[in-house]
Amino acid sequence: MSMAPVKLWDFHGGIHPEQNKLQSTTEPSALAQLPKKLVLPLHQHIGEAAEPIVEIGDTVLKGQKIANANGYVSAPVHAPTSGKIIDISEHPIPHPSGLSALAIVIEPDGRDAWVEYTPDQDYSEKNPSHLRNIIREAGIVGLGGAGFPSFIKLNPGSQKKIKTLILNGVECEPYITCDDMLMREDAHSIIEGVHIMRHALQAEECVIAIEDNKPEAYESICKAAAGIAGLRVALVPTRYPQGSEKQLVQVITGKEVPSNGLALHIGVVCHNVATAAAIYRAIHLGQPLISRMVTITGQAVKQPRNLEVLIGTPMDELLQQCGAEFDQIERLVMGGPMMGFALHEINLPVIKTTNCIIAATREELGLDRPAMPCIRCGACADVCPVKLLPQQLYWHARAKELDKVQEYDLFDCIECGCCSYVCPSNIPLVQYYRFAKGAIWTQEQEHKKSDQARERHEFRLMRIEREKREREAKRAKKKAPRPKTDTAKPPPVDGAQMADKMRQEAMAQRDSAEAARKTEIQAALARVQAKKKDAAPKTDAPVAANSPTPAAASTQASTPTSDSDSSADTATHKDHEQSQ
Amino acid sequence: MLTAILVLSALSLVFGLILGFAAVRFKVEGDPLVEQIDAQLPQTQCGQCGYPGCRPYAEAIANEGAEINQCPPGGEVTIIALADLLDREPLPLNPENGAIKPKTVAFIDEQTCIGCTLCIQACPVDAILGAAKQMHTIIESECTGCDLCLPPCPVDCIEMVEIKQDMLTWKWPYPEKPIAQKSTPDNPLEASA
Repeated sequence: MSMAPVKLWDFHGGIHPEQNKLQSTTEPSALAQLPKKLVLPLHQHIGEAAEPIVEIGDTVLKGQKIANANGYVSAPVHAPTSGKIIDISEHPIPHPSGLSALAIVIEPDGRDAWVEYTPDQDYSEKNPSHLRNIIREAGIVGLGGAGFPSFIKLNPGSQKKIKTLILNGVECEPYITCDDMLMREDAHSIIEGVHIMRHALQAEECVIAIEDNKPEAYESICKAAAGIAGLRVALVPTRYPQGSEKQLVQVITGKEVPSNGLALHIGVVCHNVATAAAIYRAIHLGQPLISRMVTITGQAVKQPRNLEVLIGTPMDELLQQCGAEFDQIERLVMGGPMMGFALHEINLPVIKTTNCIIAATREELGLDRPAMPCIRCGACADVCPVKLLPQQLYWHARAKELDKVQEYDLFDCIECGCCSYVCPSNIPLVQYYRFAKGAIWTQEQEHKKSDQARERHEFRLMRIEREKREREAKRAKKKAPRPKTDTAKPPPVDGAQMADKMRQEAMAQRDSAEAARKTEIQAALARVQAKKKDAAPKTDAPVAANSPTPAAASTQASTPTSDSDSSADTATHKDHEQSQ
Repeated sequence: MLTAILVLSALSLVFGLILGFAAVRFKVEGDPLVEQIDAQLPQTQCGQCGYPGCRPYAEAIANEGAEINQCPPGGEVTIIALADLLDREPLPLNPENGAIKPKTVAFIDEQTCIGCTLCIQACPVDAILGAAKQMHTIIESECTGCDLCLPPCPVDCIEMVEIKQDMLTWKWPYPEKPIAQKSTPDNPLEASA
């Protein structure tokens, strides 16, 4: 390396769990076999689920878009191979809940025929927003595990200047080696991706961070990055959770990401190395994100290794390819042992964020140790990389004191699991924090809903009260003698004297005519009254008097501010008259 | 002796005036405690607590010493919040008021509905849309799942449908109770449940 080594900083806490990475790096990566069917969930990323644009029975080509992004924070889904759409329905997905979600199922035709695509190598001529659009359309999301749509993180915003782009090749979690393998085997794609990212962000410099337990990957990246201005490779001492964005930013720049803030706020953007490679493929080759590197490991797997897997491939087929002993699998974990989650089924599809599948045996998990009471040793606080007080959080989360956990900055917790790892009492601390976070979100939503309900209820009470008053007023009016037509005329309210004068003249003219007309009107009135007397027993008020008139209620329901009660009232009257 | 009496009388007069002025000037309209309690209640207006709505229940808690464990829709979270607010001991939910049920919304079978408007009159939050002899329907986003529209319906065309969990609404559950801590509960809710 021609450039000076990157000065490194420190972050608080952290742990050194057993690596378990060697098992899956003894062999080079291989292509996964084409499965019998591919299941593509529409929600593989953070944000809104994609919307399908194909129908059952359609034939699709490899790389063809089959679902559109729905909203800004969303990502489209593409067909990983050519074939036929055989189903669009709910399928179990890899998610801690074990729930099902809408997915498109493709039956491969074996031809693996690509859709027509246009490689575009002159990205440096292109506007960054144009590049972001291509990346968005390629369905690229953060491949490190979170799955946040990448194009958003390539948008520096209007006023922010991006100083450092950090490329995360740390891969600090045990067992996972997919980024390691990718850096060893395809450093070229990563470096090309870095160029595109730097162009999109207009970032001053780029640092690729690799932990020192991956010397081969470091060498390979260094070779590919040699001689590129403003690009440095940092070999960082291995420590978990260094690969977490906020901790890595601190290690590389010495700056702490503010609480409730983003790295972007301090001029830093962090992307995973695999995302860079995917961006390279999207821009240079025109290929969307349809496959990724996945580590298949765990003691139940005989030949643990990395596979280049089509998105949507069922995991059991991958396990089979790596010689898994299915009866030995005690638990199937997606992600690493620290932050991953247990899967409920064995045949779930690989999604964009599946970096690792661990088929763990019983002895590997250490499940037999029961949780004991907290002894307040404080070991958790020593290792917390965010400098929280995990035991305080634990007590309050356990007692469901949701406001107290927030006082202890629960939402700064990155759920890395260091505290649970060192806990001598084996308390599942992170589970309590996750529960508390979810409960707080639920509570906030419910508060919003209950405020709305209270408003509507109070408005309803007010409306019923008002209707009652109006009915009483109406009844009182009916009882009172009818005012004569003449006196009912309003006095001139208009200030303009001209108008007054003109009106008076007009009235004088009319007076003579009116005398003649009056007799006519009176006769007409008498006729109407006679008619009304006939119909009176039927059409009189009981319907309206009953209580909130249905039509009024419904108008109120849809537009709480509307004031059309009286008109709705008469409308119902008519309804009833007609029906009788 | 006389000076002391005079000074003290003067002081008490001055303070009396200040207090009297403050009582008028800073008079609190309404009962803020009732507002605070009401803010914690789920506003389903279902009446399961035995009072005709959330606000009457809040008033009863504040003024008549009603228990804080009579709100099934609010569940444990509401009880803890009320206990915290009123500095009372949290109690388990009173089973007489009903059990905690999953969240639901009403659904009207529009084929069966005869358009009688009885449910519209029963709905405390005006979440039912319709008119006489017209088909009624639920405004799902406004429905609080209070069940109050069920009894008046003459043709039983309303059904409470459980709100389905999806990936966006799913939340991590409370961790299973660790075995070793069963004997030393520090959470009164767990203890009595």
